[in-house]
Amino acid sequence: MNPSFEDRMATVEFRVDTEAHIVVDNDVCKSCTTQECVTACPARLFVPTSEGGILFNYEECFECGTCYMVCNKEGAISWSYPLGGHGVVMRSS
Amino acid sequence: MAANFDVVVVGAGPAGSAAALVAARAGLSVCLLERGPFPGAKNMYGGVTYARILDDLIPSWWEEAPVQRWITRRSTMIATGTQAVTVDVRAGDWSKPPYNGATTYRSEFDAWLANKAVEAGATLVTSTTAIGLLRNERGAVVGVRTDRPDGDLVAQVVIACDGVNSFLAKEAGLYANFSSEHFTLGAKEVLTLGKEEIDKRFGLVDRQGIDIEMVGVTQGVPGGGFLYTNLDTVAVGVVVNVESLGKSKFRPEELIAGVKEHPSIAPYLRGAELHEYSAHLIPEGGYNSMPELVADGMLVAGDAGGFCLAAGLFLEGVNFAIGSGRAAAETAAAAIAIGNTTKSGLADYRRKINQSFVMADHKKMRRAPELVLSDRMQTQYAELICDVAQGLFTVSNPTPKPGLRAILRQERKRRGVRLRALVRDGITSLRTFG
Repeated sequence: MNPSFEDRMATVEFRVDTEAHIVVDNDVCKSCTTQECVTACPARLFVPTSEGGILFNYEECFECGTCYMVCNKEGAISWSYPLGGHGVVMRSS
Repeated sequence: MAANFDVVVVGAGPAGSAAALVAARAGLSVCLLERGPFPGAKNMYGGVTYARILDDLIPSWWEEAPVQRWITRRSTMIATGTQAVTVDVRAGDWSKPPYNGATTYRSEFDAWLANKAVEAGATLVTSTTAIGLLRNERGAVVGVRTDRPDGDLVAQVVIACDGVNSFLAKEAGLYANFSSEHFTLGAKEVLTLGKEEIDKRFGLVDRQGIDIEMVGVTQGVPGGGFLYTNLDTVAVGVVVNVESLGKSKFRPEELIAGVKEHPSIAPYLRGAELHEYSAHLIPEGGYNSMPELVADGMLVAGDAGGFCLAAGLFLEGVNFAIGSGRAAAETAAAAIAIGNTTKSGLADYRRKINQSFVMADHKKMRRAPELVLSDRMQTQYAELICDVAQGLFTVSNPTPKPGLRAILRQERKRRGVRLRALVRDGITSLRTFG
């Protein structure tokens, strides 16, 4: 059986920083018609809002880079790595 | 007050640790920087290590490397929704030294290799992110800035092994031809199944392992699927083109579910429980989309240099990472010895890479990414191969056997596969893999 998405993400260790390493400019996202980040992000961190924007949560991020690769809106996603020692920790992968 | 080193290596993955090991053995002072809490924490793959490149660096490495299983069975599967044609290779030689492929957990393998660099004299600094390059008035790279207070590290040569998203290579202007079409996303589940069950289901004993690579299991999103065995877990996942994934609106975990539910795979995984989910990008553009590798005071190795083969038949990366990291360190040591670490002083890196298996393999496989990810290969030919095989082995008496040529012609026509395209792709395949 496939686990719920919440249970899936619970199998991964995240050492969450107090500051976000990725910042999403919601004003830019509102003008985006495709919002491919919503489905492509393997951690489902991009959630569409009823106002047509994006609600983003950095906490359970794999730091993979898929979001900025699929994003076609200049300036929508500011991407960097978390500060040292923070973020995802993979142990059996 | 900035710390001074001969060489600063950014990223303690296989490329960085190999570079640090070789540079330290050459008598240089080396700082090996890692942003994770330990080497390997940020790394996943999909997932076989071919480590013969270590033979002379770490003699008998196979006796001490943290290996899960040795790949003794390599399967290549071409599938449609309900069919599969598999070439299954077993080789006795692969289960004894020097072995061939190994499955590993990167948290263990990368940490082991980094420790080899430390034993050789490199200084490993973990939990520290390089946030930018230090440059002199001429624009040459002279070190990195880290996220620690007073964390500038000055070096004669910076070796950027900071992975597929290499911010350092981008900052140095080496990614001029950057395009997201050349990247794939790897997403993977590690499932607990237990050693006994794995041995039984896959026909393995002791430390023997299997690696199954699949085409035609990714819902039409260009890419492939994989399954391989660790000691008591099984890893199953997909590698798909990032741009196509975005447009497809499939979620990565849905594509993994599709592989797990394929009738040829599902029986292997019955009752397996999710242990760890993970994802990572792969530079899959190959030879035709590689970045520049050398700047004044800086070299690029591993995924950051685009050294990764994800070309259908062959899926390799750790070996190229080690090979390129090693060449970078040898180049840095020679350049430092003659006191010229400018771009021209470091130009030998490109020559070394070109003369080694790293570039030879990439050059030989340069047509592979486009061919393997083409719609013809992904869908048309997969269906054609499966239908022809099914037709060949279906006994539909009282109708007599139609013969292979008749089946081939009929299935080709039915699918609208043009003979010219088939011959052309056949020739390209021969030139690529032959």
